[in-house]
Amino acid sequence: MAVEVAPATRRLGRLERPALTGVLVREVVNFSSYWRSSTFSSTVEPTIYLLAFGFGFGSLVSRIGGRPYVEFVGTGTVATAVLFSSAFPAMFGTFVKYQFQRTYDAILAAPVDTEELVTAEALWIATRAGVYGCVPMLVAIAFGLDPSWGMLVVPLIAWISGFGWACFGIMIAGFAKSFENFNYVVSAVLTPLFLVAGTFFPISNLPGWAQFLANFNPLHHCVQLVRDAAFGFQGWEDLARIGALLLFGVIIWRIAIYAMTRKLID
Amino acid sequence: MSNDRLNHPNGPTEPELAIRLRGAVKRYGTITAVDGLDLDVPVGTCVGLLGPNGAGKSTTMRLLTAQSIADEGEIEVLGFRLPEESKMARAQCGVTPQLDNLDTTLTVEQNLLVFAHLYRIGRGERREAIERALVMAKLVDRRDSRVDKLSGGMRRRLLIARALVHRPRLVLLDEPTVGLDPQVRQELWALIDALRSEGTTILMSTHYIEEAQRLADTVMIMSHGKAVAAGPPSALVIEHAGHEVVEVYGPPTRLAEVEAEAGAAGLRTRRTGTSVSILGVDGRNGSPIEGERRPANLEDVFVLLTGEEIA
Repeated sequence: MAVEVAPATRRLGRLERPALTGVLVREVVNFSSYWRSSTFSSTVEPTIYLLAFGFGFGSLVSRIGGRPYVEFVGTGTVATAVLFSSAFPAMFGTFVKYQFQRTYDAILAAPVDTEELVTAEALWIATRAGVYGCVPMLVAIAFGLDPSWGMLVVPLIAWISGFGWACFGIMIAGFAKSFENFNYVVSAVLTPLFLVAGTFFPISNLPGWAQFLANFNPLHHCVQLVRDAAFGFQGWEDLARIGALLLFGVIIWRIAIYAMTRKLID
Repeated sequence: MSNDRLNHPNGPTEPELAIRLRGAVKRYGTITAVDGLDLDVPVGTCVGLLGPNGAGKSTTMRLLTAQSIADEGEIEVLGFRLPEESKMARAQCGVTPQLDNLDTTLTVEQNLLVFAHLYRIGRGERREAIERALVMAKLVDRRDSRVDKLSGGMRRRLLIARALVHRPRLVLLDEPTVGLDPQVRQELWALIDALRSEGTTILMSTHYIEEAQRLADTVMIMSHGKAVAAGPPSALVIEHAGHEVVEVYGPPTRLAEVEAEAGAAGLRTRRTGTSVSILGVDGRNGSPIEGERRPANLEDVFVLLTGEEIA
C-alpha cells in the first residue's frame, strides 16, 4: 500500500492568531460586564493624584522647569495611570483566574498554549492601559495644559509601557504562592518605582546615584516620554527610552510565560 | 513520512483508538498519581474510569490535554502524540472539568460565544454552533441569563454543552455529575447518552458506580494510579463477583462469624457497612449462610479488587 504524504503541519504553530483572538474575545466580552468599575478605578485614582499634587503641592511649588506644576504632574501621572491599569489588574486578575475561577484550566484545554494565553492577556491589558493612561493628560488639558501634536503618540507610549507592566503583573502572579505575596511586591517594588519615576518631582534634583538608578525604572522612561511628547521630543534620548521600554516588555513577557507555564502545566 | 504514520495506515485523522496510553506515569514529588497506566479508548465508545477520590482519574484527564506532562510512558490522543502534538488533539477534543469554571458574570450565550472562538469555529458557523449547544443543554430560553443566576443542574449542562460547541470527536468528562441531585444527574445521563448515540467517543471519570454501569461500554477500575481491571461492566461483574451475592445483616460479632464461615467454604466476602456480602454464590442452591440474595454489581467488583470502599 502506498504511504500517504504526511500533512504539512502535524503541530499547530506558536502564537497563532486564532488562539490570541479567542483569549481576547473572552476578555472583551467580560469587559462588557465590568467596564464601569474598571474604568472608574483606573481613571479616578490617577486623577486624584493629579489634583491633590497639582493643586496641593502646586501651591508650594508653582513652576518646574519653567512650566506650571500642574502640567508637570499632569503629564507625569500618565505613567501612574498606566501602572495602575496594568500591573495591578494583571497581578490580581491573573491570580483570580487561575486560582479561584479556574478560567485558565478551561482555556488551556482548548487549542491555546500558555504562551498564547499570557501574550493575549498582556495585549489586552496593554490596550486598556493605552486608553486609561491618557486620562490624566486630558484632565490636565482641562486645567490649562496646551494640546500638542506630540500628544497623539501618548497612547502608544502608554501601550508599550502597559504591555511591560501587564507582563510584570502576570509574572508576579505566576510566581506568587498566595495573595499575600503581592504585598511584598507592591511595597518593595512598585511603590518605590512609582515614587522615584519623576512623576511628582524631577529626578534631576536627586543625588547622582539615584539619577543613575532611575534609568532602570521603566516608569521613569514612560514619564519622560510623555512629557517630551507634550513639550517637545528629545530625539535620540527618546528613542533610547522607547528601546528601554521595549526591552523591559520583551524580557518580562518571556519571564511571565515561564512563570505561568510552571504554574499551569504540571 | 514519519514512522507513526506507517503504524496508522489510515493516517492521524482515522486512528482506531481515540486514546492510547502505554505505561503512563505521573509523579508529584513523592506521590505517584498515575502509576504505569495503560488505557485504550476505541473510537465511538464510551469508556468510564471508575475509582475513589485520589485514584488518579483527574490526573489521567489532565495528561490527555497536556495540562500535566507525563514523567514516563506514551500518550496518543486522536492519533496525535502528546505532549508535542497536544494542541492538534485539543482542537478536536471537548473537556468538561470537575470544577465549574464558567464565566459567572457572563450570560449563557456569551459563555458559548467565547468557546466558539477558543475552538476556532469560523464566523459563518458560529451562530449555528451556539444554537445547537443551547438546544443540547436545554437552555434556549435561558440564553440571556447570567450564569450566576442558573441552578446547579443548568450550570453543569452548560459546562458540558460548552465542551461540545465545536462538535469534538472526543469528549473528556471529569466527574460530570459530582455533587448533583439524583434527578439532575439523570438529566445529564440522558445528555451524555445522546452524545454517545451520535458516535462521539467519550472518556468519563466517575466515582458513581451506577453512572459507569449505565453509560460506559467499557469500565476501567483505577486504584492508586493503576488499572486493576477493565472490561464491559457486566462482564467485569460476572468475572470477579459472579451473578449473585448473598448479603447478611447482623451485629458486628455475627458479621465476623459469617466472614469466617464463608472463608472456610472458599467464598470471598466484603463488608458493606452494616452487612457482609458473600460473593460468587451462584451455581449453588444455597450459600452456606442464609441472607438476602441480590445481583452482583460493579461495587462488589471494585471493593473486591481494590479493598477500598467507594463513596
